Amino acid sequence: MFTNKDLSIYVHVPFCARKCLYCDFLSFQAEKELISSYFEALSKEIRSYADTYKDYTVKSVFFGGGTPSLPDAEYICDILKLLHSEFNITEDAEITTELNPGTASFDKLKAYRAAGINRLSIGAQSFDDKELKTLGRIHDSAAFYKTYEDAQRAGFTNINIDLMSALPDQTLESYHSTLKKAVELKPSHISAYSLIVEEGTPFFDMDLDLPDEDTDRLMYHETKRILEEGGYHRYEISNYAYGDGEKNECYHNKVYWERGNYLGLGLGSSSMIDNVRFSNITDIMEYIKRLSDSESVVEEREELSEKACMEEFMFLGLRLVKGVDADLFYRQFGQKLEDVYAGPLIKYETLGLIERVGNNLRLTEKGFDVSNTVMAEFCF
Amino acid sequence: MDQSKIRNFCIVAHIDHGKSTLADRMIEKTGVLTMREMTSQVLDNMDIERERGITIKSQAVRMIYKAQDGEEYTFNMIDTPGHVDFGYEVSRSLAACDGAILVVDATQGVEAQTLANVYMALDHDLDVFPVINKIDLPSAQPDEVKEEIEDVIGIEAHDAPLISAKNGIGIEEVLEAVVHKIPAPTGDPNKPLTALIFDSIYDSYRGVIVFVRIRDGVIKKGMKVRFMATGAEAEVVEVGYFGPGRFIPSDDLSAGDVGYFTASIKNIQDTRVGDTVTDSANPCAEALPGYKKVMPMVYCGLYPADSAHYSDLRDALEKLQLNDASLFYEPETSQALGFGFRAGFLGLLHLEVIQERLEREYDLNLVTTAPGVVYKVHKNDGTVFDLTNPTNLPDPTEIDYMEEPIVSGEIMVTTEYVGAIMQLCQERRGKYLSTDYIEQTRAILKYELPLNEIIYDFFDALKSRSRGYASFDYELKGYERSELVKLDILINREEVDALSFIVHKDGAYERGRKMCERLKEEIPRHLFEIPIQAAVGGKIIARETVKAYRKDVLAKCYGGDITRKKKLLEKQKEGKKKMRQIGNVEVPQAAFLSVLKLDSGD
Repeated sequence: MFTNKDLSIYVHVPFCARKCLYCDFLSFQAEKELISSYFEALSKEIRSYADTYKDYTVKSVFFGGGTPSLPDAEYICDILKLLHSEFNITEDAEITTELNPGTASFDKLKAYRAAGINRLSIGAQSFDDKELKTLGRIHDSAAFYKTYEDAQRAGFTNINIDLMSALPDQTLESYHSTLKKAVELKPSHISAYSLIVEEGTPFFDMDLDLPDEDTDRLMYHETKRILEEGGYHRYEISNYAYGDGEKNECYHNKVYWERGNYLGLGLGSSSMIDNVRFSNITDIMEYIKRLSDSESVVEEREELSEKACMEEFMFLGLRLVKGVDADLFYRQFGQKLEDVYAGPLIKYETLGLIERVGNNLRLTEKGFDVSNTVMAEFCF
Repeated sequence: MDQSKIRNFCIVAHIDHGKSTLADRMIEKTGVLTMREMTSQVLDNMDIERERGITIKSQAVRMIYKAQDGEEYTFNMIDTPGHVDFGYEVSRSLAACDGAILVVDATQGVEAQTLANVYMALDHDLDVFPVINKIDLPSAQPDEVKEEIEDVIGIEAHDAPLISAKNGIGIEEVLEAVVHKIPAPTGDPNKPLTALIFDSIYDSYRGVIVFVRIRDGVIKKGMKVRFMATGAEAEVVEVGYFGPGRFIPSDDLSAGDVGYFTASIKNIQDTRVGDTVTDSANPCAEALPGYKKVMPMVYCGLYPADSAHYSDLRDALEKLQLNDASLFYEPETSQALGFGFRAGFLGLLHLEVIQERLEREYDLNLVTTAPGVVYKVHKNDGTVFDLTNPTNLPDPTEIDYMEEPIVSGEIMVTTEYVGAIMQLCQERRGKYLSTDYIEQTRAILKYELPLNEIIYDFFDALKSRSRGYASFDYELKGYERSELVKLDILINREEVDALSFIVHKDGAYERGRKMCERLKEEIPRHLFEIPIQAAVGGKIIARETVKAYRKDVLAKCYGGDITRKKKLLEKQKEGKKKMRQIGNVEVPQAAFLSVLKLDSGD
């Protein structure tokens, strides 16, 4: 679906008002001065790439974090303006920013819209105030509703709501209620993730009452049922778009799963361009220093072997509901998927975890529950 | 070399009493090594030994000592293992010596292994003199320990050097004592060559390196020698002495010397430890008495984790056997594990050491099955055979009765733990014989115990129930009739031959239950439910279930960080490679040793 001259851009904004207790992403609180220096460095990084990618057409931009809506609106708007001047961003490009309730005023939202941002991803996580508190979020459900209304008033029609299941003390009932409230708002997109307690987060060391595995899976299946009833379709393990077609599906996310080119800008961001993966350093002081010295901030670079590309093709593609296209596999690698992966295919087809539909190979409903197990088998 | 200026000796001690440290100090004092060359323990140069703090392989080192009488003496110090399992290796090292230094810890006194080792040295007609170590510790009681040595062991100790090997105190005195208390070797350099092989190692560049003690005659480069037991002949390529951590070539070795030679030896099986080497052109009349042959006490199956490495495992075992004649092995096959070997060991520690050496030195990934002892099976037709692999047990209807090996054990323990240790022995089907008090606070408990009750975790249990104060020594007493049954384990309704073991019928239920519990912990959850069952004679006596997992999803993949996700998947896949496939079930290698840990709960 992507040509090899298509490009997506991810911009990382590592600042948060406060770190959530489950958060495993690269983010932290920062003083105004540091924020300002960071965006200055980020601008330098963007300029340093302009020549390199002048032949590429940018089809999506995504501001992620952290909380991109925390710094003043000008920062994001200026960066977007700079991206427009340094890259060929198409007219109809999907331009998303993440947003946390309580950090974005109506004015800020208006400024985003005016700057050309056309999609929002709002971190609601839950509509239950007790659960939000447990997560260490700074907002309550009232603040979310306010932000959502403001966003609509500011002219945003393409909005994603992030939800989480398998939270501490969450019950099937409270999760149902969250799902229903989300559906009532009819956002164009809903992401529903199941909480994973990662080592190194405060949650990891806390004695939490987490829903058991069976409840967790029930929540996952209920998400699908309720959202489908509400008019959504699931196109990826955790992602749902309103209506039938691809229109409301997140283009930027699909670039990751279908191995399109993307350039990560900012602290700790990851890129993959023409089958080379690289990522930026994660120390902010070092990031700022290197850019002020006009040095590269790329630290890890891996040219993917054909085998590595095949692995990625499989384990990323299988996250999508439509699965992977065997014809496309053959066109890309000159070998038949059925030959390269004969073993895992037989094994998991027999176990009813993957199935063939036309040219495509995809996870079954049972397969989604244990997707890691299946995907791991496609690594050499 | 003047024989009267040679001293061949070893150091014997209970584990931890400071043998290796003393050896290091003696090497330092004799100036063969500079301080820089000293690694912390020169003699213990294998990784495993360093980590475990024990000495496994016999090694020798030569040092030159200028004594107070102004003469220069050549000391050949031969290192011996300290653990009871290695009695055989101790024996063969002792055969190359004329005397022994007994190291006794001034804070611990005489321990069970001290006795065992001293008696073995005396058996080999060695002159033994004691030194009291660790006298710098506040709890040192040198006078009491001296008295104890005289009372318990019966050797003179009043003038024993009081030393601290750690702090280098009294080392000179030890060196002088070696000169005066250890006899010079006797032997005739003009007689035909007679040399005892006390060890050998395999070196990938030089081939087999043979360690010898020359009794009579001379061995030199270019000479054709014959190995008397195997009849093999080879031309000597190099002879030399043992420098600390390396070999020092010399022109020849003559009567009384200890050293090594290399030769054009094609087949490593030709050089057997304990064999006699002689001159092909002028052979000696008869071979030296070899070592006491030892029988393996514990058997287990050794399998390559990846069946493609079967021949690598065979080669490695062949090389290990070269310097460890007590290691026995023969090929066997298992339905669950494929081609492998049934190997025999002197004890569980020996087994573990061999297993680790195979894994570390030969880079092999092994699956080890539950260790067992040798049972005697008397069949109805009057025939008797030795059972080393539980799988080979005939149908119960063909068996008249079975016998199991019994050991006489001596446990030395401080009086406060006598009760706890007696209880342990009773749990292990021990038969109480007597209690001897060697002093007010210490007793020796004598028991007869079935060997299969002590090979697993008896040492650990002993240590934990006596807070480390008990020590244990045993020897095989013989066989006794016993009610034994084969316990089978079924994973996902499939009998796994590699997990079967023989157990006393009264303990079968308990063992079976614990085994199932343990396997339930070891076997990861699968996509389907896995029953784990224990059965005796086809009847299920215990069951556990490994529940199927319902969820294994990686949710968020953030900002395109695919690498991190891939690493997770690779780790998951890597974990699977360490598993053994049994039917549809992936079983971790550790599961095959589950039976070992059955009693670790107490």
